[in-house]
Amino acid sequence: MRRLAFIALVCALLAPGIAAAVQPDEILKDPVLEARARHLSEELRCMVCQNQSIDDSAAPLARDLRLLVRRRLEAGDTDRQVLDFLVARYGDFVLLKPPFKLETLLLWGLPPAALIAGLIALFAMARQRKTANLQPSALTADEQKRLSALVGPGTPEP
Amino acid sequence: MIPELGHYALVLALALGLIQSVAPAIGARYRDASLMRLADSTALMQFFFVALSFAALTASYVTSDFSVANVYENSHSMMPLIYKMTSVWGNHEGSMLLWVLILAVFGAGVAAFGANLPTRLKALVLAVQSWIACAFYLFILLTSNPFLRLAQAPFEGRDLNPILQDPGLAIHPPLLYLGYVGFSIAFSFAIAALIEGRIDAAWARWVRPWTLAAWMFLTLGIAMGSYWAYYTLGWGGFWFWDPVENASLMPWLAGTALLHSAVVMEKRNALKIWTILLAILTFSLSLIGTFLVRSGVLTSVHAFATDPTRGVFILAILVLFIGGSLTLFAWRAPMLKQGGLFAPISREGALVFNNLFLTTACLTVFVGTLYPLALEALTGEKISVGPPFYDVTFGPLMLALIFAMPFGPLLAWKRGDLLGVAQRLMSAFALGLVAVGITFAIEGGQSVLAPFGIGLAFFVIAGSAVDLAERTGLFRVPLPTAARRAAGLPRSAWGTAVAHAGLALTLLGIIGAATWGTERIVALKPSQTVALSGYELTFQGLTQRRGPNYTAEVATFVVRRGGATIGVMEPSKRSFSARAMSTNEAALKMQGLGQLYLSIGDTEAGGALAVRLYYKPLVLLIWFGALVMMLGGALSLSDRRLRVGAPKPGKKPAARPAMQAAE
Repeated sequence: MRRLAFIALVCALLAPGIAAAVQPDEILKDPVLEARARHLSEELRCMVCQNQSIDDSAAPLARDLRLLVRRRLEAGDTDRQVLDFLVARYGDFVLLKPPFKLETLLLWGLPPAALIAGLIALFAMARQRKTANLQPSALTADEQKRLSALVGPGTPEP
Repeated sequence: MIPELGHYALVLALALGLIQSVAPAIGARYRDASLMRLADSTALMQFFFVALSFAALTASYVTSDFSVANVYENSHSMMPLIYKMTSVWGNHEGSMLLWVLILAVFGAGVAAFGANLPTRLKALVLAVQSWIACAFYLFILLTSNPFLRLAQAPFEGRDLNPILQDPGLAIHPPLLYLGYVGFSIAFSFAIAALIEGRIDAAWARWVRPWTLAAWMFLTLGIAMGSYWAYYTLGWGGFWFWDPVENASLMPWLAGTALLHSAVVMEKRNALKIWTILLAILTFSLSLIGTFLVRSGVLTSVHAFATDPTRGVFILAILVLFIGGSLTLFAWRAPMLKQGGLFAPISREGALVFNNLFLTTACLTVFVGTLYPLALEALTGEKISVGPPFYDVTFGPLMLALIFAMPFGPLLAWKRGDLLGVAQRLMSAFALGLVAVGITFAIEGGQSVLAPFGIGLAFFVIAGSAVDLAERTGLFRVPLPTAARRAAGLPRSAWGTAVAHAGLALTLLGIIGAATWGTERIVALKPSQTVALSGYELTFQGLTQRRGPNYTAEVATFVVRRGGATIGVMEPSKRSFSARAMSTNEAALKMQGLGQLYLSIGDTEAGGALAVRLYYKPLVLLIWFGALVMMLGGALSLSDRRLRVGAPKPGKKPAARPAMQAAE
């Protein structure tokens, strides 16, 4: 709900009259290049929006970036070069998938670490239970008394 | 007068809440039955007064009383009645009032339907429930009062945000809140159990229906929100990994884990401490979700810093409840006795596996949502975490979980036979492989992963069928016997099979729409035609129409398939003068399980209209699957043992066989 409201706000401020994301005049003639452009657009963030890719965004900045990506592709850049160019210009903020480095160590590392830690903990618990299971606990005095009553007097105590 | 009445009713609710926070807890401590019973009446009266307060705000909206600041800012006299009513929660203050209303509904529910609860447990549960309620009453009264008046009443309101003028607003937030807030009951039960220092299988049986109901609402709420975004935002996406969406997904993941671990606790008296922790975490995540959405911290860390009153208040509530409950947990949980041993390969083991993966998935979403905020607050460095991150982290976890899903219900309690289960699932696995083959053959290597996803979905659906067939002895015993067994099967077994199949349907929809969806973005002049996936759409022209509080520019398209006309699609743009904003209304046309999706943009200089056309095969399954999941929940909820209620300790043995038959 809040997201919708925010997008409405962005649209109101930046793009009078909702202009949908990719416009017909932006599309490249070469379908292979265009497909690459669309794929790259999904990985890039529209920096004035709340967590929207430039492929989805109606903001003018997103349009500029889409055109920029297409110009770089037409000039013969590889996908990697386009992304590097944009990161050099706008920083890591522009990437929707943050690069793996010291600052993002926890971001990328925590989920797998939690999974592995969970598995180890479960494994340890299962082992612990197994050993606990194997050793029968000694009879209590009460149980011993009932056993003696059943077996009869004179039976040697173990 | 009416707004003041509403304001006063809320203050009375707070007063009742304060009594309910203290008196029953003291009663429980000193075993004073009359003090404990007090909670029943205060819970019902709290509900009455909050409902009155909510009704007062609704009345102010319906009568367009613009002397109330909240109504002035979010309503318009020309708005249709339905939107006047939904605007009550289409803003911060009103939505918090809805939040406490639902909290009061659940509290009254426990008071009214909890007759079979032990008196002490019930009193403590209602007391804890009231602590939460008081915190939020105070939040509303001190920082977000919807009943404040303006010195001079304006003639006209500023209108509800046009994007929110949609039937989606009537359905999505109430369902979502029913889910969020419903988990508060599980939380209150957990805290009450920790205070009492006693917890048993019966506890799980009382908690399960409430958790199940909250989970159903949340499932549907998230699905409806997704569909709303899909048709409103104009480009046909259905999930964006937006922090606001993640805020609702996290309690869902934790709640799903809680549902499953509560089963283990109820049936086998194991995983007690873990279940308590999950109940605390699930509601904590609901609170964090409320904080994220309501504090403005998401828009930017700086927006939060400039007007921190509300944010700091919710943050304080968060710290108090999450910190307090976890401290209580750390102190009391070791005193709870663990019971019910089981081998790693068993139904319990499978449910533990489910919990491990669901909580890890939840942690992934949590880290992905909060990491950028934390990093920016600590170092000032800004990073973005978007769909590509979740595709490589959340995706594999869920796929592994879905693959394991058919195995769980087939494994025996205590000690299972994985090989035997795998053999019984052979037919399902074979069907999955056939589905992979057929998908490959049809799409011709367009995507490598998608056919395996389709195969996985079919494996899970067939796995659910195998589960039911095994339980009823279908193909082994005569058909009438199997039918009789099917009728006698506990509803919860049906619920499991149906809900699991529902998740597989959603998976089918996601893969179908994401992989084989096609699109055309073109500029069209009247009488020109655009073709996509065998459909031909001819643009007839633009017409102007008047709505109650907007003007619409409607584009008419005739849709043909194979030369035959199959209908008309009319996407439009609406302009709302009160806020000088416009919205985009996409036109949708169902084609089997897929949809044609058409939205329009601006008219270009040459008179051509920008048009976006999508064909999304199987897309309806995404939300239909969620409905099926909810149906599974409803079946489980209608299970006899949940309706009958938990057996009281010391009940006559004669009542036992009926209970066991239902297991």
